[in-house]
Formats: sequence, C-alpha cells, structure tokens
Amino acid sequence: MAALVLAEHDNRQLRPSTLNVVAAAARMGGEVHVLVAGSGCAEVARQASRVAGVSKVLLADAPHLGEELAECVSEQLVALAKGYSHVVAPATSFGKDVLPRAAARHDCAPVSDIIAVEAPDTFARPIYAGNAIATVRCEEPIKFITVRPTSFDAAAGQGGSAPVEPVAIAPDPGLSRFVSRESAKLDRPELQGARVVVSGGRGLGSAENFKLLEKVADRLNAALGASRAAVDAGYAPNDWQVGQTGKIVAPQLYLAVGISGAIQHLAGMKDSKVIVAINKDPEAPIFQVADYGLVADLFEALPQLVKELG
Amino acid sequence: MKILVSIKRVVDFNVKVRVKSDGSGVDTANVKMSMNPFDEIGVEQAVRLREAGVATEVVAVTCGAAQCQETLRTALAMGADRAILVQSDEELQPLAVAKILKAIVDREKPQLVILGKQAIDDDSNQTGQILAALAGLGQATFASKVSLADGWAQVTREVDGGLQTIAVKLPAVITTDLRLNEPRYVTLPNIMKAKKKPLETLTPADLGVEARPRLKTLRTVEPPQRKAGIRVPDVATLVQKLRNEAKVIS
Repeated sequence: MAALVLAEHDNRQLRPSTLNVVAAAARMGGEVHVLVAGSGCAEVARQASRVAGVSKVLLADAPHLGEELAECVSEQLVALAKGYSHVVAPATSFGKDVLPRAAARHDCAPVSDIIAVEAPDTFARPIYAGNAIATVRCEEPIKFITVRPTSFDAAAGQGGSAPVEPVAIAPDPGLSRFVSRESAKLDRPELQGARVVVSGGRGLGSAENFKLLEKVADRLNAALGASRAAVDAGYAPNDWQVGQTGKIVAPQLYLAVGISGAIQHLAGMKDSKVIVAINKDPEAPIFQVADYGLVADLFEALPQLVKELG
Repeated sequence: MKILVSIKRVVDFNVKVRVKSDGSGVDTANVKMSMNPFDEIGVEQAVRLREAGVATEVVAVTCGAAQCQETLRTALAMGADRAILVQSDEELQPLAVAKILKAIVDREKPQLVILGKQAIDDDSNQTGQILAALAGLGQATFASKVSLADGWAQVTREVDGGLQTIAVKLPAVITTDLRLNEPRYVTLPNIMKAKKKPLETLTPADLGVEARPRLKTLRTVEPPQRKAGIRVPDVATLVQKLRNEAKVIS
C-alpha cells in the first residue's frame, strides 16, 4: 500500500504546496511516492527526492507535460495509479483540474479538499463554504484525494534521498493545447505560502488606493490579497482573491483592511493564526473573527501604520 | 451548434446554513433554494453564445428531485430553449451526476457542455472534469473568457498564478469561474414564456445509469468557531499588541 502524490511545480521549482500534500499522504498508512510530470523538470524530481518521507520519485519528462494541461497530466496519472491505494494532489487550481479527471477514468469517486485524515479511508472536508465540516468514508479501490495545503504542516524539504525513476510517457490525447500564460509578477511572497497577508476590500475604493496596502505589505514582507468585491470592482487582479472561490490562506498574520467580512471571504482566511481588521463600520462582521479590531478610516490608519512599522 | 448547460439547485448563497444537532447533515428544510451561482454564469454564457449566432440551441439539464423543475424554469426564463430533468430522490454525488450527463451528451450530441466550476453546497469542484474524462472530451475549467472558432474553444482560465489561456478541441467541457460574465435578471414576460418551453423528465434508469452514492458521509459538524478578540483604540496600540502580545511581527 502506497500513496502517489502529484507534485505541483513550474518545471524548475517544486511548489511549497507539494510539501503539505506529502505530509497529508504520509498519514494515509503507507509509503509516499511522488510523480513529477513536466517538461525539462529533472531538477524538480531531484528536489522531490530530498523531501522527508518520500520513498520514490517517478519522473515523467516530456514536452506535452510542460504546461499543466489536464488531459495530458491526468493521462499520465491514470497510467500510474493502478497499484496505489491513494492518489493525492493539492487542492489548488492545478490539482482540482487534474485529479477528478484521473479518478473518473478509474471509475472512482474523488474526495475534494480534505483538511484532516482520520483514517486511511476517512477524511474531513469543509462544505457550504466552510460553514460545516463533513467526515466522509471513501471505500474506492484507489482513493483519489485533493488536500487543502494550509491544513497540513509541510514535510521537510531536505533530508530525504529517494531514488528517481523515469516512467513510460503516456501519449498526448491531443484534445487541448497551451496558448499563453499571464503570470503575476512575484516581487513579494506567494499568497498561499506567505507568513503575513495584507488584504483589501471594497473599502479601498479604487485600484489606485491599493497602493496604500503595498506600502504596508512592503514593511511586513507580506503577500497582497483582496476580497471578491474588490476583485469584481477591478481594484485588484483575480489571483489575489481570498475566499471560498478564491484562495484559502492561513498565514501567521492576516490584516483585513476595508473588508466587511462576507461569509465567502471568511471561508478563505479564518484559519489564520492572528487576524487584524481595520474597518470604519463597527458592525462589520469581520470584527467577529478578528483578534484585534480597529474601527478607523483606513485612509488615516494606513499611513499611520506605515509610519509605526518603520 | 448545440450547447448543453448543466445546473444544480442549491441552498441560496445568502442563507447561513445550520448544521443539524445530531450530526446527520445540514438543515435544508424550509430554506430558500436557488440556482447555483456558477451555473447561472454557465446559462448566461450559453445564451449569449446563441444570441451572438454562434450557437443555435441551448439545452438546460439538471439532476435531482421534482422541485428542480423550478430551477430549470429559471434557466428557461434566462433564455435556454428546452430543459431536461433527470429525476431522482437519492443523494446524487458528482460521479453519478457526471455519468448521467455523459448519457445526456451521448443522446444530445452537443458541441459544448458548460457547467459551474463548483456547487456551493458540497464545494466538490469535480463534475465537469469527471464528465470530460468519461466522455473523452477536452476540458477548460475555471473559465473567465471563452471564444469559439474553427472547431476549437479558446479559453482563459483563472489559475493560482494568474491567467492561463488554452485551446480545447470541440466538443468540449467548460466550467465557469466568477468573472466570465454577469448573469441577467429574469423578467416577468420571460418567466411567462418559460412556462411554455418544453421540459422533459427522465430517470437515471431510463439512461441506464447506476447513480448510487459512493462516498458515505459519517457525520457533519460545525466548524470550530473563532471568537472575536479585542478592539484597539489606535494604530500605535495595534502595532504594540502585534509586536509584544501576539508576537507576529518584529
């Protein structure tokens, strides 16, 4: 019995979420193998081989696997899944795209976005935007699972020495092709792995005003986030969105500025260690989950905050 | 070309759901039900493609209890041409729904199937991907922009690192993200018109689909609640507390 973890990477670097998934897979009762599927990604396989708790790395290196196309990556996963008790991927846009497709080909019902492993066949997962937690039993011969990375402490990225084994390449089904990618410039930490997240809501009033948040984020080495309302209003790009349908984050410090605290936003950040809310409306629901609340006009509070943080 | 759009009846997104005290699930009795918001975006996209002359017919389909007819009527009022209800009182999980949809795809032979990326009740985010796999079709999930030309759909997808644009060969499955469009409001004349549009009712057995649930929910509980902390009078106190009490900044 072994679990196969689908690694997430950009052909150069293993994404940190993979370490959390390895930790979750280690609780599923057997060995942990990692599949690195990509193009020119041998270095990623070497990184995966050093992750603590990994006993084998499978490397599928081919041009058509380089752009995270679900049809290609899931085909590779389908070819390798037999013989594994669990196939596990991060509940990120990549994992959510690929894993159910692979599960379907084995006629197995997948389990999405688990936050705890109670037994090798029993998992907890949030439903209704995190307003309820369901414990589900999966008796499928292969358990296909996506894992919420923030719910599991990361496995150590160093210390392991697993062998890397090249595997037979599954052919490109020819159903899709890559056109282009617009990546956000990352001169700050990635939203999902950041220690501090500074998020803005509709209260900021404009894209221009989000620059006020940047100054705070600079001083805290923080990632920037936004509420759905702010993204919908065009104040912030879509990949900043924190919430049920955006990203789930759990930093050490989450600073919510001008965010009222809609249920769907809270679903994305309520597992943060410390939550700070700055809002001029004392009745804003965000204060019900905030460890520290400041009722203030953000246009006065933010410059003061920048000054206080030095 | 024909577009199949799959919708789900769910607890309205404004309702704060309550977990039953015996742990058996979420209380859905006497709760307002609506079309899953992502599916509304799907219906809107399909109707816009027909209005633009790209599609000729929009067929809305749903799986569930008899009351799901109301949700289908909403889709018809938004502009779908006809509707199919695959009626079942059993719990239908994503794999079963995808199998039902696969059978409908075989019957209707649409060039495009549009679904919401996830339903806001079980938050599974699976059905579109499973359907695409079962039907042997390409998939473009989390779509924020769609254009169709020369037998391919070019789709911009909202992914964690930004936006990814891919092309999928038609027929294909697309799942919608929030920013694909803003669904229209249904008007009273269109609601009246929708009542006369055809609505066919089938069962999973009619389609030869075994819809038994595969996953067993053992219990459902409330999440741990966060308690409100303290209010601070000013920014200086806030920073001092974060440094010395919470110790999350240096």
